[in-house]
Amino acid sequence: MSETPKFKVTVDNISIEVAPGTTILNAARMIGGEVAPPAMCYYSKLQDSGGKCRTCLVEVSKGSEKDPRPMPKLVASCRTTVMDGMEVKNITSDKVQDARKGVVEFLLLNHPLDCPVCDQAGECDLQNLSYNHGNEATRYEFDRRTFEKEDIGPYISLHMTRCIMCFRCVYAAGQLTDKREHGILERGDHAQISTMLNKALDHEFIGNVIDVCPVGALTDKTFRFKNRVWFTKPMDAHRDCPTCKGKVRLWMRGHEVFRVTARKDQWGEVEEWICNDCRFHKKETKDWVIEGPTKVARTSVISQGHYVGTRKTPILIDKVNGRQPKFLLDIHDISDVNRPEIHLSKIDGPAHSSDFKGKA
Amino acid sequence: MEKLTNRSVQVDRSPMTVSERMYLPGIIKGMGITIGHVFKKKATVSYPEEKRPFSPVFRGLHILNRDEQGRERCTACGLCALACPAEAITMEAAERKPGEENLYREEKYAAKYEINMLRCIFCGYCEEACPKDAVYLTETVMPANYNRKSFIYKKDDLLIPNPNKQG
Repeated sequence: MSETPKFKVTVDNISIEVAPGTTILNAARMIGGEVAPPAMCYYSKLQDSGGKCRTCLVEVSKGSEKDPRPMPKLVASCRTTVMDGMEVKNITSDKVQDARKGVVEFLLLNHPLDCPVCDQAGECDLQNLSYNHGNEATRYEFDRRTFEKEDIGPYISLHMTRCIMCFRCVYAAGQLTDKREHGILERGDHAQISTMLNKALDHEFIGNVIDVCPVGALTDKTFRFKNRVWFTKPMDAHRDCPTCKGKVRLWMRGHEVFRVTARKDQWGEVEEWICNDCRFHKKETKDWVIEGPTKVARTSVISQGHYVGTRKTPILIDKVNGRQPKFLLDIHDISDVNRPEIHLSKIDGPAHSSDFKGKA
Repeated sequence: MEKLTNRSVQVDRSPMTVSERMYLPGIIKGMGITIGHVFKKKATVSYPEEKRPFSPVFRGLHILNRDEQGRERCTACGLCALACPAEAITMEAAERKPGEENLYREEKYAAKYEINMLRCIFCGYCEEACPKDAVYLTETVMPANYNRKSFIYKKDDLLIPNPNKQG
């Protein structure tokens, strides 16, 4: 069989040849860098995802070599396939930037903006998107849509008010598990992710819905309120797991494993799915073989306070007077925070006032 | 060599004149300056009875604020600790239980909140970073003490008294 001819596509004046059937988004991601449009609902590892959030809108200034007319409207790049000779404008088009600003405003209409409380803050796609493209203030004057809080089991916490209806978790649950127990109920403005009849989600790969969620709607209950993302240090680690490949990212503080997630690539997508056992039950350093610290972009808040290449200053006073320096204050003598005998990471759910009683 | 300022004077090494050798005119001149200072306005104030006025941007001791209903505003988001260049602030968060709504404003609150005043440089970045209007720097000067342990300020030291519980 002869090789299929490749299509030449130009995104922001950078040309690349891609196979027919590739979407504009994937072609732009092959070029990489800033020309790749942001995506909130599209997930390359989930079939049929995309086309819902409209953040990846791009302008097609030339349809193809045979029909060079521009497309009349902005198109969703995750759903539009490339044509030969297509010219796409993303960051070079003011129309796209303006439209994206509008999309962000719409995504944030009903979003509670409770980032100080939310566990996703610091690694939230919506936070990054609105930081890069959004307005500073909202023009919305009405009450935001709220939902009754719902308990969907001991491991995953659902905050429906934060949801942006990207459907990623529905696809993830449908494609990773054989029996899907949650989905979209109701329609339109009332649509919500839910489990019918308060069923607890129970499947060995269901924890991945936490990782695919671009906002804080689905978060890890075992990590809930334990620490902020940027105060924990990401480490790549692996273990022999009978159900999954066991390649994970540990979020550590000292020797405590606070959270286990799958490893994410540069587009914020999970590289390999991990099982619930790895995610929720292996919170000990001895369970894992640690490969080393994850490389975090300098611009990310997660790299804050994580000093690399530090050198310890040599103690010289003993050479002068022959005595070791005296510790004047051991912080654990007086401080109640990070007490050596209390391990927050070992508590099942979020800490409560009763967990701290009698230990002050 | 070029002079740094135009105030420098070459030292006069010539032999002293008769009036200079008597020293008396020099002493009178010096005493004149000394006595003149007695009648000038004092540069000092008698602290602590008298206090200097503070600049309106003075940054002193921290407080943790409460809202109108006396609930703690702090939600342990960690932004003050993130902004702190001296890494003086530490905290541990907890989830609000049903029945504690009158104590804490949000579903998450700071179970432990500590500021190490030995580390604090009073830059006020924590106040700027706070999204919940919870931490403020007051006009109170940090009190001194003899031991180091009293400089770890905990929630009891920082929280303002509950306005609803008084009276």
